[in-house]
Amino acid sequence: MIRYISARLLSTVPVVFGVTLTVFSMLYLIPGDPVKMMLSEFVTSPQQIARMRAQLHLNEPFAQQYARFVWNAARGDLGESIRDRRPVADEIMELFPSTVQLALTALALSAALGVGLGVLAAIRQNSWTDVGAMMLARLGVSMPSFWLGLLLIFVFSLHLGLLPATGGGGLDHLVMPALALGAGSAAITAALTRSSMLEVLRMEYMTTARAKGLAGASVVLRHGLANALIPIVTIFGLQAGQLLAGTVIIETVFGRPGIGRLLINAILNKDFPLVQGIVLFVAIAYVFINLIVDVVYAAVDPRIRYG
Amino acid sequence: MADPALALSPRGRAVPQTRLRSSLRRAGRHKGAVAGLVIVGALVFVALFQNALAPVSPIRIDIAQALAAPGPGHPMGTDQYGRDTYSRVVHGSGISLTVGLISVGIAATAGTAVGLVAGYYGGVLDAFLMRVVDVMLAFPGILLALGIVSVLGPSLRNLMIAVGISGIPLYARLVRGSVLVAKEQLYVDAARVTGVPVSVILVRHILPNVVAPVIVAGTLGMGTAILAAAALSFIGLGSQPPTPEWGRMLSEGRDYLRDAWWISTFPGLAIMLTVLGVNMLGDGLRDVLDPRLRI
Repeated sequence: MIRYISARLLSTVPVVFGVTLTVFSMLYLIPGDPVKMMLSEFVTSPQQIARMRAQLHLNEPFAQQYARFVWNAARGDLGESIRDRRPVADEIMELFPSTVQLALTALALSAALGVGLGVLAAIRQNSWTDVGAMMLARLGVSMPSFWLGLLLIFVFSLHLGLLPATGGGGLDHLVMPALALGAGSAAITAALTRSSMLEVLRMEYMTTARAKGLAGASVVLRHGLANALIPIVTIFGLQAGQLLAGTVIIETVFGRPGIGRLLINAILNKDFPLVQGIVLFVAIAYVFINLIVDVVYAAVDPRIRYG
Repeated sequence: MADPALALSPRGRAVPQTRLRSSLRRAGRHKGAVAGLVIVGALVFVALFQNALAPVSPIRIDIAQALAAPGPGHPMGTDQYGRDTYSRVVHGSGISLTVGLISVGIAATAGTAVGLVAGYYGGVLDAFLMRVVDVMLAFPGILLALGIVSVLGPSLRNLMIAVGISGIPLYARLVRGSVLVAKEQLYVDAARVTGVPVSVILVRHILPNVVAPVIVAGTLGMGTAILAAAALSFIGLGSQPPTPEWGRMLSEGRDYLRDAWWISTFPGLAIMLTVLGVNMLGDGLRDVLDPRLRI
C-alpha cells in the first residue's frame, strides 16, 4: 500500500509542475502588453505602467519569474489582486468554504438522487418506472445547469416564495444552487448505477442469495448495490472536479458568494493575478482530490494496487 | 447456401456487405439514434433556412413592442428591446451548431494527431505528450476553457478555440489507446517491412481503426461543447451583444424572469433540445459502431 501511495504521489509531481507552468505562462500568452491590458480602464501614466511591471516582476528573465511564482505559491503567497489590492490567497480562503459547501452538497444530492433512481430503474427493468427514470436522466444530462437554476428561481422564489432567489447564508440559500449544480451529475450517476446494477443482478451470487431465502430488499441492497457501487464510486472523483468547476456558473446564477463568482469577476475586470491564483488553486485542489480518490479506491479494491 | 457476406442489391447483383452498410442498417433500427437524427436534422434544417423561417431580423429593436407576451406576430414574445424572441431563437440555432461543430473539429483533429503520434512512436515522445494531456486534464470541467478565454479575450471565435482546446485530451487518449492495439497488427508490420513510409502507415493503415470511436466521441462531444459554450456566453465570456446566442439570451432574460418568462425559457428549451438530440444520436452511434464503449 505504501509503495502504491508513493508511486501515485510521485506521478503528481510532473502534473503539478505542468499546472504551475501553464498558469504562470498565461500572462505571457496574452496578446499584446499584459500590463496595458490590465490597466486599460484606468488612467495610465508611464510611471504607473513601470510600477506595475516592477510589481509583477516582468523585467526579470522568464525562468527567474517562474521560480519566484512557484516558490511564493508554495508558501501560500499568490500575489496581490489589482482591483482590491489584497492578497489573492486571502480572497480565495475567504470564499472557498462557501464554494466547497455548495460543491459537497451538490455531490451528496447527486449521489443520493442518482443511485436511488438508478437502483429503482434496474430492479424494475423495462417497466414505466425504468423508462421514466431514464428519460429524466436524459433530460438531466441535456439541461444547462444555469437554465435549471433560473427555472428553480422562477418557481420556488418568484411564484411560491418558498426560497430566497439570491445570496449566500443558511440552508435555504443552499438548496436550489446545489440542486441546479448536481442535477447533471445525478443523471450520469443514475444511468451508470442502472447499468452496473443490471450487470450485478445477473450474477450467480445473486441467485444464490435469493435461493438461500433472503428477502428481496436485502438481496438488492447488501449483495447487489454493494458490488454495483464500485464503478460508481470511481466516477465520484471526476464528478467532484466537474462540480467544483460548475460552481463558477451556478454562483453567478444565484449571486452566491464563492470563488467561482470571484473568478468570473476577476476575468471580466482583467484582474490577472487573481485569475491566475484561483485557476492554480482549483487545479491543484483537483489534482489532490484525484489522488485521494485513487488511494481510497486502492485501499478498498486490492486489484488496483497490483494492477 | 449463399455466402452470408454477400447480399443482393436491388438490381439483383451481389454486393459485398460492408461494415458501413451493416452499421447503417443497424442504425436505422436503433430507435434512439433515429430520434436523435430527426432532432438534429430538424435543427440543421432550421439553421439552413433561418431567413425564410424567421424573416424578422433577430437584432431589430422595437421599443414600442418591448416585453410583449407570446401571441400573434410574436409567437415567443419579445425581449426588453422589443426584439422578436422567435427570430432570435431560430437564428441562434446556426450559431450553436457552428460553435459545436468547430469546437469538436478543433478538439478531434488536434487530439487525433496527438494520439496517433504518441501511440505510434511511443517512448519519450509518448511520455511527454501524455504528461501534457495529464496537465490539461488537471483543469476540471470548463476551468481550462475559462482560463483560455481570459487570456484571449471574450468573443465567439475565442470561445470556440477555448472549448476546442479543452476537448483535446479526450481524443488524444482515445486515439492513442486504439493505435496501441492497431500497430501490433500483422498488416502494419507487413507495411513497415516493405518500406511503406510512416506517414502512409499512419494515415492508410492505422487511422481507419480509430475513426469509429472518434466519430462516437465527437458526436457526444458536440453536446458537451454546446453546453460549455452556452455557459460561457451566459456569464458574458462568449458571444457579445446583440448576437442572438442562446446562452447570452438566457442571461439577458434573467433580469426579466418575473414579468417575461419567455425571454429565457425558449432559448433554454432550444439548448436542451439540441443537446438531447446530439446525445441520443451519439449514444445510438456508439451502440452501432462501437458496442464496447457502452456503459
